[in-house]
Amino acid sequence: MKILVCISKVPDTTSKIAFTDGNTKFDETNVQFIVNPYDEWYALVRALEITEQGGGSVTVVNVGPAANEPTIRKALAIGAHEAVRIDGEPGEAFYVATQIAEYAKDKGFDVILTGKETINFNGAEVGGMIAGLLDLPYISLASDLQVNGSTATLKRVIEGGYEMVEVNGPFVASAQKGMAEARIPNMRGIMAARTKPLNVVPAVPVDTLTSVKVFGTPPPKSDVKYIDAENPGQLVELLHTEAKVI
Amino acid sequence: MSVLVFVDTVDGKVKKSSLEAVYYGKKTAELVGGECVALAFNGSDLESLGNVGASKVLNVADEKLKQFDPSVYTEAIKQAANSVGAKVVVFVQDSTGKSLAARLSAKSKAGLVSGATTLPTVDGGFKVKKNVFSGKAWAEYEIHTDEKVISIMANSLQVEKSDATAPVEGLSLDLGGVNASLTVKEVSKAAAGGAAPLPEAELVVSAGRGLKGPENWGMVEEMAEILGATTACSRPVADSDWRPHHEHVGQTGVAIRPNLYIAIGISGAIQHLAGVNQSKVIVVINKDPEAPFFKAADYGIVGDAFEVVPKLNEAFRKFKESNG
Ligand SMILES: Cc1cc2nc3c(=O)[nH]c(=O)nc-3n(C[C@H](O)[C@H](O)[C@H](O)COP(=O)(O)OP(=O)(O)OC[C@H]3O[C@@H](n4cnc5c(N)ncnc54)[C@H](O)[C@@H]3O)c2cc1C
Repeated sequence: MKILVCISKVPDTTSKIAFTDGNTKFDETNVQFIVNPYDEWYALVRALEITEQGGGSVTVVNVGPAANEPTIRKALAIGAHEAVRIDGEPGEAFYVATQIAEYAKDKGFDVILTGKETINFNGAEVGGMIAGLLDLPYISLASDLQVNGSTATLKRVIEGGYEMVEVNGPFVASAQKGMAEARIPNMRGIMAARTKPLNVVPAVPVDTLTSVKVFGTPPPKSDVKYIDAENPGQLVELLHTEAKVI
Repeated sequence: MSVLVFVDTVDGKVKKSSLEAVYYGKKTAELVGGECVALAFNGSDLESLGNVGASKVLNVADEKLKQFDPSVYTEAIKQAANSVGAKVVVFVQDSTGKSLAARLSAKSKAGLVSGATTLPTVDGGFKVKKNVFSGKAWAEYEIHTDEKVISIMANSLQVEKSDATAPVEGLSLDLGGVNASLTVKEVSKAAAGGAAPLPEAELVVSAGRGLKGPENWGMVEEMAEILGATTACSRPVADSDWRPHHEHVGQTGVAIRPNLYIAIGISGAIQHLAGVNQSKVIVVINKDPEAPFFKAADYGIVGDAFEVVPKLNEAFRKFKESNG
């Protein structure tokens, strides 16, 4: 089984979110970058489990500048066999998806996995776009993935329940909690990652479909209003007359 | 020219979040010109989509659309969009929209903004806002392409209804060229008629590890029932199988933005807040006055949930009895 896992570089969840250049760029000062958690914990680890059980290889792919390489090495430290960096500026999901689709189209991957979304742009777009560009089946929000020969069974989390889906042949899926348990890289993995192949391929030209004009942060929340624990009726009153939500 | 809104149905019935999407489509059509056309697959009782602004409804009755297959659905939506000359196609950013909007965007090379929280503005470019960094910031996107796709966050707009109805027309599509890409073997969903599912619920009652064990959820369910709210939980609660996984909200679970979020015995960790900080009003009940959740709350009660919640349920019940 040949699996491609798409990984994104994102700020650590506890990072301070601020912008520069007239609020048009994310301020990277003092920001710690990580592999997008859904890509790493669920997509990558499940891909490794599948190849550990049934053989095959896991390639991670990232679209981004050379500065992303330390983050890509983390995915190699966790166990990916090789990495590919497509040398471009990931301005929007369509750009990223087009690069990955272009790279993957003649490589014979059986499975292409992404995380359910990135924690910086929260778009949930790249997987669906790759599937569209390559005309492959797409299963979003998968919390379980079992492979049996050329047939895969996935569990998809939907509103108020789940769906069991079966697919034959190559497919694209986005992974979420439940699919695997996060792994912590050990010393051996970290050492091995240094010598694993990290191939750089050039980007192809892509039209810009969308761009961010400006970022902002929501106004700070006004102070909490405390209600006496002995008199919860007051809360009901406030929810009705002041907040007007009931 | 028109705005096409994909209307999702469950057992033929329109989902509540799709009503909001139609209203969004109507408001967008007012900005860009043209009419708001709703598109449903194997739907029923669709005339009422006129209430929320559809000027007409296209209903495709086709066996191939009986199971949810993103490849087939996207092809059908693309054909329908072409047939009405749609400039904008609107989805809801839920498990359905997340399977379709991006695929349509890539296939049509139509710029996509997913998770939009505001109506577009059209002065100096077509722009839409969405939340980024898990609700800690927003970004205003410009869509540069002539054809556009927008997938909206549920509960972003206040829907205004009228008593208009919309004519429903059958639309037949040529889906002969597209093969099923997968097989849906089983669909398991909470029984219809219950509370609205997350993330479209307007009222959510949520509880965390502070409740000590699954046997104590009776009072939480009771509160939800009195209010007509949907229940949710923190991650450790779902991880311990105290509650089903689809109730788990937060960064790794479902992101929601209800009108009211009541959090009982939840500490308010940053990863939990990432999924609920867009709620309009947050009530926190926690026995620890230092719990971080109080910083994100509108109303707080410092107290033991096992004493506060039964009293609060009593008060909610009285309120409901006198206010209908
Ligand atoms: C990468 C990552 C992703 C995560 N994603 C999520 C996510 O999506 N969603 C999520 O929820 N968590 C997530 N977490 C976990 C998160 O960090 C917290 O551990 C979790 O939210 C805590 O759940 P809790 O508030 O129910 O439990 P606790 O933190 O144990 O808090 C229990 C609270 O109950 C209060 N309490 C106890 N007894 C009572 C009582 N009798 N009456 C009233 N109050 C009482 C306590 O004061 C305490 O504040 C994630 C963590 C990581 C590292």
